[in-house]
Amino acid sequence: MSNSQTKRVVIEPVTRVEGHGKVSLLLDENNKVKQARFHVVEFRGFERFIQGRPYWEVPVLVQRLCGICPVSHHLAAAKAMDKIVGVDKLTPTAEKMRRLMHYGQMFQSHALHFFHLCSPDLLFGFEADPAIRNIIGVAVKYPDLAVQGVMMRKFGQEIIKATAGKKIHGTGAIPGGINKNLSIEERDAFLKDIKQMYDWSKSALKIAKDYTVQNLEKLKPFASFDSSHLSLIREDGAMDLYHGNLRAIDSTGKKIFDQVDYSKYLDYIVEEVKPWSYMKFPFIKQVGPKDGWYRVGPLARLNTCDFIDTPLAEEARKEFMAVTNGKPNNITMAYHWARMIELLHSIEKINDLLNDKDLQGTDLVIKGQKRYEGVGLIEAPRGTLFHHYKINENDQITMANLIVSTTNNNEAFNRSVQKVAADHIDGVPKITEGLLNHIEVAIRAYDPCLSCATHAMGKMPLKVTLYDYQGNIVDSKTKE
Amino acid sequence: MVSAAKNIKILLIGFGNPSRGDDGLGPAIAEKLENEKMPNVTVDSDYQLTVEDSENAAKHDIVIFADASVSSEEPFSFKPLAAKNTVSFTSHSVEPAEVIGLAEKLFNSKAKAYMFEIRGYDFEMFEEKFTDKAKENLEKAWEFLKEFLTKEFQCKTVNM
Repeated sequence: MSNSQTKRVVIEPVTRVEGHGKVSLLLDENNKVKQARFHVVEFRGFERFIQGRPYWEVPVLVQRLCGICPVSHHLAAAKAMDKIVGVDKLTPTAEKMRRLMHYGQMFQSHALHFFHLCSPDLLFGFEADPAIRNIIGVAVKYPDLAVQGVMMRKFGQEIIKATAGKKIHGTGAIPGGINKNLSIEERDAFLKDIKQMYDWSKSALKIAKDYTVQNLEKLKPFASFDSSHLSLIREDGAMDLYHGNLRAIDSTGKKIFDQVDYSKYLDYIVEEVKPWSYMKFPFIKQVGPKDGWYRVGPLARLNTCDFIDTPLAEEARKEFMAVTNGKPNNITMAYHWARMIELLHSIEKINDLLNDKDLQGTDLVIKGQKRYEGVGLIEAPRGTLFHHYKINENDQITMANLIVSTTNNNEAFNRSVQKVAADHIDGVPKITEGLLNHIEVAIRAYDPCLSCATHAMGKMPLKVTLYDYQGNIVDSKTKE
Repeated sequence: MVSAAKNIKILLIGFGNPSRGDDGLGPAIAEKLENEKMPNVTVDSDYQLTVEDSENAAKHDIVIFADASVSSEEPFSFKPLAAKNTVSFTSHSVEPAEVIGLAEKLFNSKAKAYMFEIRGYDFEMFEEKFTDKAKENLEKAWEFLKEFLTKEFQCKTVNM
């Protein structure tokens, strides 16, 4: 298709996701959607910025990548640095403290997304007026739910503070271990609220499940498509959000690879660069660039795992899988249901860990023989997060390669947006309010995080621009 | 140790990304205030504002949001901030006016809020340093803040 035959619809940035995202829709000569591209601000600047810094600074520095998931970067970098200092297995106290930090992050992140970003769509319906379809609307009509969201987020943040040292720029995880344990006082303060967190998690899961089941026929085609799925998996096939090996399955559930040591990820995942984007486009090597893309995150994790090792979440997983007769669920809007199963799993894990005396242990750090390369992977709230570093003789970083969850979902975003746009734009090259709403709803299902962008006041309007096939602007809308 | 006037509880939240050049002006002024250890003044710092800041805001009488700005007056602007109740959220983070709106709606907050915007110039660099002009603005903003807290609320530094 030549440029002279295309029109470009640009929507930027997408509201209620991080940083600056914009959507380009390419139309053909009949004004039908030919292609959709979701542009994300890349942070390659960071990969350069970190070069020359001593490796032990990395777990703290990488947190500045993202104001929303700093803990995931902190832990993925720490896992890579464990390898650099020659440590393959942490002490029980160190690993459990890190896990507690991670499940605290997962809990607060999923709660934030559900109650304050997604619940307006589910509670009011995503056709509802955007003026009420937001968290203030929820606060007015469902004030208890809105407060629950805030308090669950706070609970998770307090766990992060207790394990990482502080809410931001935490220093808890260090190469080879952790720098503090959990005091009895800290533990008891969390246990005091744990039942409430269980109850609220179960209630949030019920909202997500009921909504999905009751609207299944409408949701099945919405922004949906068959895809492969990728995640970490425990050796016995259980979901494990902190550590494991890589498993990839196709849309039917057939394993593409399984139990792959993630330090060998470059043998299985290729990062393609495309001329129109600063983002990388990862794909599974053995499937190839055309069809090798995949999805990550809660939906992928529910699809790849054989079971969940906590009872309430496992029961919920079985219900989830029953909807698709045990086959992978490729319904994009089912991300919300999957996310709430993980919310419940996280609080179950937090409870188990808080009752584990190893958290009061004092054996925090070990060291081994220095290595010059380290890879750390973790299942961040939004999906698999890759950190890969090399160092020199002077302990300085010489190479950093990061694949963040949102990058892993790149092609999936495009597919979802294209599906939604194709349903709305048919011969009339105009951006309607309905189209905007549906694109937002589709992208929000993945909970993308693009916060490497700065956020300074006055920089985040929603701007919609419509170009004709000659590149002229024919329509433009801005939403503050 | 000297108490603030009428035991008024003051919260300052400085937000921004210190690794993005002038975007770190908010956390920088928060750090300066923290070092003063003024009684009844709570200082918080974060990359972005999020919903739970509303709960914290509701526990205070005065809430000051300090941020870098791409377009405010030079060297800074300090203005009362009204709650925003009809919002379209842009991200996981929320705007200061939205934090106050949520604080009022969810936690019956009566806090009086101010927006403290310090003019910055370069937000693209991936470096932990300010432009020279931003440094000057930060110093002027800091002088103003100290005077404001001292005159309005009789806040004083604790001698350590």
